[in-house]
Amino acid sequence: MARGDNSAKHNSNKAQTTKVQPSKGAVQTKTSLRDRFRAYRGHHRASFSDSLSRLLRTPMQTLMTALVVAIALALPATLLVALGNIQQLGESWDASPKISVYLHLRASDEAISQLVQRLERLPEVRTIEYLSADKALQQFQQMSGFGDVIASLDSNPLPATLIVTPSATAIEPEALKLLGQKLAEEAIVDEVSLDMDWVRRLRELMVLGKKIVAALAGLLGLGVLLVIGNTVRLAIENRRDEIVVVKLVGGTDGYVRRPFLYTGAWYGFMGGVLACIIVAAGYLSLHSTVSNLAMLYQSDFSLQGLGLVKGSLLLGASTLIGLLGAWLAVGRHLAQIEP
Amino acid sequence: MINFSNVCKRYESGQQALLDLSFDIEQGEIVFLTGHSGAGKSTLMKLIMLMERATTGQVVIAGRNVNRLRSGQVPFHRRQIGVVFQNHQLLFDRSVFENIALPLQIAGFQHREVGRRVRAALDKVGLLDKEKANPITLSGGEQQRVGIARAVVNKPPVLLADEPTGNLDPKLSAEIMNLFRQFNDVGVTIMIASHDLNLIQRLGRRVLTLANGQLIHDGVLQSAEMP
Repeated sequence: MARGDNSAKHNSNKAQTTKVQPSKGAVQTKTSLRDRFRAYRGHHRASFSDSLSRLLRTPMQTLMTALVVAIALALPATLLVALGNIQQLGESWDASPKISVYLHLRASDEAISQLVQRLERLPEVRTIEYLSADKALQQFQQMSGFGDVIASLDSNPLPATLIVTPSATAIEPEALKLLGQKLAEEAIVDEVSLDMDWVRRLRELMVLGKKIVAALAGLLGLGVLLVIGNTVRLAIENRRDEIVVVKLVGGTDGYVRRPFLYTGAWYGFMGGVLACIIVAAGYLSLHSTVSNLAMLYQSDFSLQGLGLVKGSLLLGASTLIGLLGAWLAVGRHLAQIEP
Repeated sequence: MINFSNVCKRYESGQQALLDLSFDIEQGEIVFLTGHSGAGKSTLMKLIMLMERATTGQVVIAGRNVNRLRSGQVPFHRRQIGVVFQNHQLLFDRSVFENIALPLQIAGFQHREVGRRVRAALDKVGLLDKEKANPITLSGGEQQRVGIARAVVNKPPVLLADEPTGNLDPKLSAEIMNLFRQFNDVGVTIMIASHDLNLIQRLGRRVLTLANGQLIHDGVLQSAEMP
C-alpha cells in the first residue's frame, strides 16, 4: 500500500532534485594536495602556538610540572659537569707521568751515560733526567727531614736514578707498561717504578662515575617521561569532548594527536630551560670560590660550566623526552576516546 | 546514496541491535527514521558514520562499501557526512565561528575560504550576528542551528540528524525542518531520526520505522498507521 505511493514520491523527488543538484555535493568539498599540505603545516603552526598558550593560561600548574622536570634533569646534568671538572683537573696533573728508573748501585758512570744516550733515541721517550746517587742523597736530606740519620751512614744507600718522561704517544697505561718492561730489561737497571697507579685509579673512578651518572640520568629521564606522560593524559581527559567532536567531523588521528604532542614537547623544553638555569646558577655561585682556591694553589684551573653544546644537548634531550612521554600517553589514551 | 543490505549488528554485550535490515535511499532524498527508543535508530546512524561496524551485511554509502574501509580512511569517510546531534555537541571553549570552522580546518581549507564558508553557513541558519558569541550563551534553538551550520559547512552530500528537534517547541521544530528542506532542495541526501510523529506526518516524506532492530515500515506515514 504505502510502497507504491512511496516510489511515486521518490520519482517526483528525483525529478525535482536533478535539476539543481550539480550546484552542490561532494565535488566542492575536495581540496587540492597543495592546499592540504599548506593546511598540514598550518595545523602544525597552530598546534605549536595553541599548546603553548594553553600552558601559559595555567601558569602555576605549568611551572610546577616544568620544575619537576627541571629538577630531575638538573641532577644528572650537575653531576656530569662535576665529573667533567674532575677529569680536567686529573688531566692537568697526569699530563706528565714519569717513570723512575733505579739503577744498580755498582753501575759505572760510563754505562749510565751510554744507557741515557740509547734511551734518548727511543721514540717513546721524551726527556730523561739523570739524578746521580749523590744528588739523590742531597735531595733526600733536604726534603725528608732525616738529614742527620743519613749523614751518619757510611756509604750512600741510594741508587742513581733516571727519571724518564714518556712522549705523548706512550702516555696510555698499556704503552707505559711496555716502556717500563723495556727499561727493566736493561742490564744496569735494578727496578722500575711507574708513577701511574693513581692516574689509572682516577681514570677508573671517572669511568665508574660516568656509568653511575648515566644510570641516574636514565632513571630520572624515565621519571620525566612518566611525569609528562601523566600530565598529557590529564590534558587529554580535559579535552575529551573536543576530541570526540573532532573525530566525528573527520579529524584524522594525526590531527587529534598533534596538539598533545606539542604540549609534551613544550613541557620538556620548559623543563630543560629551567634545568639549564639551575645548573648555571650553581656554576655562578661556585665559580669565584673555585678560582680563588685555584689561585692559592697556583693552578690555572677554572671551573667549567655546562657550555653551549652540552646546554643545547640538554634542551634537545628534554624536549625529546617530553615528546616521547606525550606520544606514549596519546597512544594509550586517544584510542579509548571514540565517539 | 545510502544502501543497507541484510545488515545485522550485534554488540559485544550480546545485544542484537539490528536484524537483517535492508533499504535503499537515493541521492537527494529526505527520509525520516522513527521507532521506539532502543529500536536501533542510533545504531543505524552509527553504522553510516562508521562509529560502529556491521556484524554481517553490507553498508554502502555513495557507492563505497564502508565495512571494507580501513580505520585510517574513516576520517575521510566522515567528512562526506554532516551530522546534527540532539545534544548539539558544540564546544563551549570557543566561539560560534570557531565551532563551525572546525570541519573546514580539519579538511584543510584555506583561511580565507574558511571565513567565507562559515559566514555563508551562518547566514543560512540566520545567525550571522552571533558569530563571535560563545554557544553557551545561545538558546536551545540557536544552539541547534549552530550544530546544523557546522554539519553543512563542509557541503557534505549526506546529512544525518539525530533527534534534531528533540528539545524544541513546535514552532522552532518547524523552522529547523524548513532548514533541512532547503538543504534537500539543493541535492543533499538527508536522514532524520525523530520521535515527532506529528511533524513527520505533516511533512509527508518517506519514513523508515524500526522496531526491535527490524524494519517494520517503509513509506509515507498515514495517520491510520501511526503506532
